Amino acid sequence: MSTTITTISTSDGADAVDRAPSPMRGAHRRWWLRPRFAISGTIVLLMILMAAFPQIFTGFGPGPTENCDILLTNQPPSAAHIFGIDIQGCDYYTNIIYGARASILVGIVVSAIAFGIAAVVGAIAGYFGGWIDALISRICDMAFGLPFILAAIVVLQLFGQRNIWTVIFALALFSWPGGVRFMRSSVLEVRNREYVQAAKLLGASNGRIIKKHIVPNAITPLLVLQTLGVGGMISAEAGLTFIGIGLTPPAVSWGLQLAAARDYIDAAPHLLIFPAIFLTVTVLGFVLFGEALRDEFDPKGK
Amino acid sequence: MLGYTLRRILQMIPVLLGATFIIYALTFLMPGDPIAALTGERPLPEATVAQIRQAYHLDDPFFVQYGNYILGVFRGDFGIDFFGRPVLDLILERLPVTFALAVTAWGLKLVIGLVIGVYGGLRAGKAADHFALVFTVLFMGIPGFVIALGGQTYFGVHLGWVDPAGIRAGWPMAFILPALVMALEAAAGLARLTRTSLVDVLRAEYLRTAKAKGLSPQRIIWGHALRNAMIPVVTYLGLSLAGMLGGAVIIEAIFNLPGIGGLMVASINNKEGTVVVGIATLLVLVYLVFNLLVDLTYGLIDPRVRI
Repeated sequence: MSTTITTISTSDGADAVDRAPSPMRGAHRRWWLRPRFAISGTIVLLMILMAAFPQIFTGFGPGPTENCDILLTNQPPSAAHIFGIDIQGCDYYTNIIYGARASILVGIVVSAIAFGIAAVVGAIAGYFGGWIDALISRICDMAFGLPFILAAIVVLQLFGQRNIWTVIFALALFSWPGGVRFMRSSVLEVRNREYVQAAKLLGASNGRIIKKHIVPNAITPLLVLQTLGVGGMISAEAGLTFIGIGLTPPAVSWGLQLAAARDYIDAAPHLLIFPAIFLTVTVLGFVLFGEALRDEFDPKGK
Repeated sequence: MLGYTLRRILQMIPVLLGATFIIYALTFLMPGDPIAALTGERPLPEATVAQIRQAYHLDDPFFVQYGNYILGVFRGDFGIDFFGRPVLDLILERLPVTFALAVTAWGLKLVIGLVIGVYGGLRAGKAADHFALVFTVLFMGIPGFVIALGGQTYFGVHLGWVDPAGIRAGWPMAFILPALVMALEAAAGLARLTRTSLVDVLRAEYLRTAKAKGLSPQRIIWGHALRNAMIPVVTYLGLSLAGMLGGAVIIEAIFNLPGIGGLMVASINNKEGTVVVGIATLLVLVYLVFNLLVDLTYGLIDPRVRI
């Protein structure tokens, strides 16, 4: 085996053995060169940058609610204001750029919380089995029995003024049962492997086995699942905000902008079009990124 | 079969209790006094307030309230709202709209998703398959309410083919656009699942055997490949109908359809806790029943599953 490898790649010299055998290895090495990864990764990075430092994109000019002139209300796009002017007479481009923060933050933080809960609880359920597993699985069934959007609406109504963190709380509260089930089944696959049994025989504690052997070997599918979920959470936030149950002013978000634009569909269509485009591109970017990631780790699911 | 069904029904009870308890607790933790919301500007005399509180058991301990409630539900009594109307009547009055919307959307989704999924699966790797993939990614990516807004503006306002909102036109005209929006979003996942499942089955050994026996391609595809590929699809379809009832809330709000979603939002705003809990309880019940039906259907399409 090793002789064929060295004869094929003699020109590569010493690191030839490193490179040849597994097709997966080559795939991992070049994944960022693939078009789907490159495009979706760029969108994701750009949006995260926009959420973190909106000033970069607005040329360090005035913020979204400064420098407004109510006399210019709903003006269509022009050279000075490329996305036009909104209802309050503010530059719409600035407003949309600053609106990225709400979507990105909600999408990523909710998915991260769901990921954390699912990783820990799923690993415990899968590893210990027995009554712990039964208890956790029944709790998941209960949370799963509630339609997600419905549960989120009920929680959101507990708050009169809703900012980004209240929305994150409401969405995160019921976002984990799918992940827990998923993690539990991938833990069940690895928990009887030889290296786990070897670790047990060597006297490693349960905590150490879970941390060092179970979680690292079972976590990838969950990571991919939660990445795919970011887009869905961004949609959910924008949708809830749009029907008036999510974020409330003075927050700046695409959902709020779309809701305000509804009353001016005929008079000022630009109010509707630009946030819709930003929201769509962002969600598509995250969905594509998650899919590309999944295909990379699980080529069978293509 | 009977034993299995009974066992499953018994298992449903703790799940139902848990899920309704979560909603019940959340609802009655809501800030604001329901009686203040009821009277508005002019406060009631204290004796009247006390009388109302007693009539609705508002001063009982929380667990007693929940216990009373859930016992009522098992007898078909979902309580009454503050105007004295039975909650069950309120829900049943609105349910046909939501049900019509969800079933129409589900039917459209079934057709769109299966056609695209089967077509893409049979031609895996070819142009049609790539087209199907682009379609599914697009509709999974574009948020449903953005499609809804676009469709409402274009087909409703500009072209005037359908009413942009409201239920005046009745079924199917008032439902076609909102149902299509829901269907397109959900069809993407179904198409994806159907395609993957079909591609897997087409690689299976029993299909090679069928081919070697000289069966006609039609027989192979309809009798063997699709039948086996449908097993995961049926599960998904069953669960998604229940999910669509919940997902209809946002779409109903956008298209102003007087269904459960509108009732839910209005009840939350009026602090009508009993109505909120009633809707949630009913939806949880529907979800669990569908779950059970799906599992029972398994045995019918896959004789290898013995239940």
